[in-house]
Amino acid sequence: MQLTTVETAKDLGLLPEEFDRIKEILGRTPNFTELSIFSVMWSEHCSYKNSITWLKTLPKDGPRMLAKAGEENAGMVDLGDGVACVFKIESHNHPSALEPYQGAATGVGGINRDIFTMGARPIAQLNSLRFGNLDSERNKWLLKGVVKGIGDYGNAFGIPTVGGELFFDDCYTINPLVNAMSAGIVESGGTVSATSYGVGNPVYIVGSSTGKDGIHGAAFASKNITEDSVNDLPSVQVGDPFQEKLLLEATLEVIRTGAVIGMQDMGAAGIICSNSEMSAKGEHGMRVDLDKVPVRQENMKPFEILLSESQERMLIVVEKGREKEVEAVFEKWDLNCVEIGQVTDTKRLEYYMDGELVADVPADDLVLGGGAPVYKREFREPAYYKENQKFSIDDVKEPENLVAVAEHLVSHPNIASKRWVSEQYDSMVGTATMTTNKPSDAAVVNIKGTDKAIALTVDCNSRYVYADPQKGCAIAVAEAARNITCAGGEPVAITNCLNFGNPYVPEVYWQFVGAIKGMGEACTKFETPVTGGNVSFYNQSSDEGPVFPTPTIGMLGVLDDVKTFMTSDFKAEGDLIYLVGESVNDIASSQYLASFHNITACPAPYFDLEKEYAMHQVIKQLISQNLISSAHDVSDGGLYIALLESSMPNGLGFSIESDDDIRKDAFLFGEAQGRVVVSVKPENQGAFIELLATSDTELSLLGSVTAGQLSVDEESFGDVKESWAIYNNVLHGILGA
Amino acid sequence: MKFGVVIFPGSNCDEDVIYVLEHIMGQEVVRLWHKDHDLQGVDFIILPGGFSFGDYLRSGAIARFSPLMQEVIQFAGKGGYVMGICNGFQILTEAGLLPGALLHNSNRKFICHNVYLKTETNNSLITSGLDLQKPLMIPIAHGEGNYFADADVLKGLQDNDQILFRYCDEAGNITQDSNINGSLVNIAGICNSTRNVFGMMPHPERAADSILANQDGLGIFESILKTVNA
Amino acid sequence: MKFIAEIDVMPLKEILDPQGKAVTGSMKNLGLEEIQNVRIGKHITLEIEAQDEATAKQRVDEACKKLLANLIMESYSFELKAV
Repeated sequence: MQLTTVETAKDLGLLPEEFDRIKEILGRTPNFTELSIFSVMWSEHCSYKNSITWLKTLPKDGPRMLAKAGEENAGMVDLGDGVACVFKIESHNHPSALEPYQGAATGVGGINRDIFTMGARPIAQLNSLRFGNLDSERNKWLLKGVVKGIGDYGNAFGIPTVGGELFFDDCYTINPLVNAMSAGIVESGGTVSATSYGVGNPVYIVGSSTGKDGIHGAAFASKNITEDSVNDLPSVQVGDPFQEKLLLEATLEVIRTGAVIGMQDMGAAGIICSNSEMSAKGEHGMRVDLDKVPVRQENMKPFEILLSESQERMLIVVEKGREKEVEAVFEKWDLNCVEIGQVTDTKRLEYYMDGELVADVPADDLVLGGGAPVYKREFREPAYYKENQKFSIDDVKEPENLVAVAEHLVSHPNIASKRWVSEQYDSMVGTATMTTNKPSDAAVVNIKGTDKAIALTVDCNSRYVYADPQKGCAIAVAEAARNITCAGGEPVAITNCLNFGNPYVPEVYWQFVGAIKGMGEACTKFETPVTGGNVSFYNQSSDEGPVFPTPTIGMLGVLDDVKTFMTSDFKAEGDLIYLVGESVNDIASSQYLASFHNITACPAPYFDLEKEYAMHQVIKQLISQNLISSAHDVSDGGLYIALLESSMPNGLGFSIESDDDIRKDAFLFGEAQGRVVVSVKPENQGAFIELLATSDTELSLLGSVTAGQLSVDEESFGDVKESWAIYNNVLHGILGA
Repeated sequence: MKFGVVIFPGSNCDEDVIYVLEHIMGQEVVRLWHKDHDLQGVDFIILPGGFSFGDYLRSGAIARFSPLMQEVIQFAGKGGYVMGICNGFQILTEAGLLPGALLHNSNRKFICHNVYLKTETNNSLITSGLDLQKPLMIPIAHGEGNYFADADVLKGLQDNDQILFRYCDEAGNITQDSNINGSLVNIAGICNSTRNVFGMMPHPERAADSILANQDGLGIFESILKTVNA
Repeated sequence: MKFIAEIDVMPLKEILDPQGKAVTGSMKNLGLEEIQNVRIGKHITLEIEAQDEATAKQRVDEACKKLLANLIMESYSFELKAV
């Protein structure tokens, strides 16, 4: 076996001290295969070495948690009545920047495998997308490719895409963000763990054949490393949703046989990652014959087979003696199912190629929580943060024509309808999407066979997080909880996708630390533990700097009874419109300030976690006592946009009065947090006001629902039909039919 | 009535249509696996939506050669009832059980959207109980639903009253704007000349459960039961 | 001079071709199990006006590189015929 040097280690992205540590662990110098194993397992992607110290500060316990952060491939939450929900969000930013269609498609594939590898059937998908501005052809190409990739994969896989977010800012021009989320349902007893034990139990690889996919091109292509040409390294991984669908059905069927000891999907770092994580968890070892792995390309080297990220594969440890039952299921679904090794009691991973031992490494030393390194990175407050605090609303002149501001916002891609995107996704397959015909702040999906539903949302206003990472990230959690609450659900848990720049830049790491602190505070307050997710660093280019810090929050809520489902649309002319929550003289970090005034140096908008939480409890009571007809939170675009969004579905309008104590632009377009617009039938007004009177939450009567006219202080802002026509066609106008 | 729902690898609306038949219509349903040859004595076969065999090559092109499809073709040839929804419709045209073909949508995109359908005739099993004056709101979800046939075939469809549904606006007018995928004369659903094989691109099973706040599709399933049981 | 270009665009051989794979699998149903490694690409024809064959070749090559093939995942080849 060819031995390695510290130079090779550096080429593979390892630090000199990490190379020393590897020699210590092995008691000798690693060969190339072994070194490449450590390089991927100790990468940020697998080991979280630069983030885990801070991630561990997040709350992860809760009465409903069945699988906590770090325990399994995804978090699992008890929904009651013997049903649990498994959910997770993951990024596919860098592959999508290279080839948007396949990059996004394989992202969807990967996140769904995380769900069904635990035995859950996915029932809903969401995504959170961020691009540079659409005046650039490249950004249009990226958006179109990503949306088509998500659609083609998710639609064929047959799981509805029920929600998401889409945001444009120049900071995402070089580095778009593509975050995909999936949620699945499993009955208790139907789950399977990512573990491996039982000496002599066979280890199977199932699904697609293995090609040289995702092997880190740059490092491995270096002449210092491989003697052979690496010209046949695919630079793009191709997703196969058909194979994924078969893998889903076969996987769930094989779990029902009861012959499965443990299972894990193969994503980043492929076979080696599954082998080591399952073995470390089960405190056993494995002996694997790499030449038995079905391959797609010829002459694959041991490290290529071990590290390959080829899609649509699973690793399964089977109870010895029951191999035939497992093989029969995969035969039925026409999928590969090959025994490649056995469980041993050595706690080591021994890899053979044509009978020759090519790598021998201890499983535990490879993994997070075992021997993988953990670092505390330096962080430093960036200069811009102090500058932001100097902002005063008084320095911004209030425009005379607020109708023009409204038009500007309605026709801005960040505010306008996202139907150009959402209509390319099958949002209805599974016939459980309750928000298909009834708009709501969160996607609500019925759990068939029960009276329950789950509510799902993805939220992060990264402009706020950039302005103030701690407050901005707390707002992201609060907004998610507000959306769940307005949909009639109880917030239960979150998953996060942490998109940041280079963690070795102290100012970037400061953003990361701040965001984690804010997330921890808000998740503690809302009692929504963090079940896991993923960290994506290096969303940064040499020219343009890092993206806005973007900690996307995916929140799960539960409706114990579907009867509490609440919608966001005004129902009838004459209904009263109230604002629940505090009106604040604030325009900081609003879309209005950013794009109408082009001012970006400002703090995050007004936010008070305690008041926000109290307000949510009021909304829950209003819903459970049937006192409101609609609930819609005030977020991007402010109160005016919230009112318009409630008006459009049924072609209704609003007539409201502003607040004399607050600048009118702040009243209409400010994005102060903690506010919900509700509509109330006149006959419920008494009981409604009585309930609010017993709470500390502020309430103001805004006005009433009209037949279609939009008016503020008796000034006409047009008719809903005109606004609807603009709002609905902004993206079509830019991107074509 | 005993329904059979065919499951191809890549079918994904199979459980949705089974749910409607079993839980809402209270019917007996058997799952027919594409590799089998036994139709299990069913009275009515449904080919569900989805992406059979990944829709690779052409939608429905590979599924059409499944072992079970050979039985379905024989069953239909003897007058047995067969209905294809979305991908099922595509398979039926590939198999030659229904005339015409389904091309890429005219905007080249997958479209998932509620559309309005005008029922063109009551002279078929699946439309017998529908109101010709009242448009149905039923969703579509497809990338290849643009119905095409040559002039002779179209004339045959018209002369024999084989057009079952056409895309229309909310008021029931057949317009260019409401022709969402570019189909020939807004065709959304047809039957064969012997009126025992039916195909439609929209998904009635997605508009049948009250929890989804749209039951416009229920009338199609009720028509089947009413006529057969009568 | 006018030329017709007959262009073949194929998925790169190291890249997974899900469509080809599914079609290979279905050959079994048709009793054609000896057929293996189906790979599916596109055939494109186009007409081009150019002063000579070399220019036509260069322009078609440019069209392939810029638009007709995605070189990250596809290769192309073509033949030119004068008409």
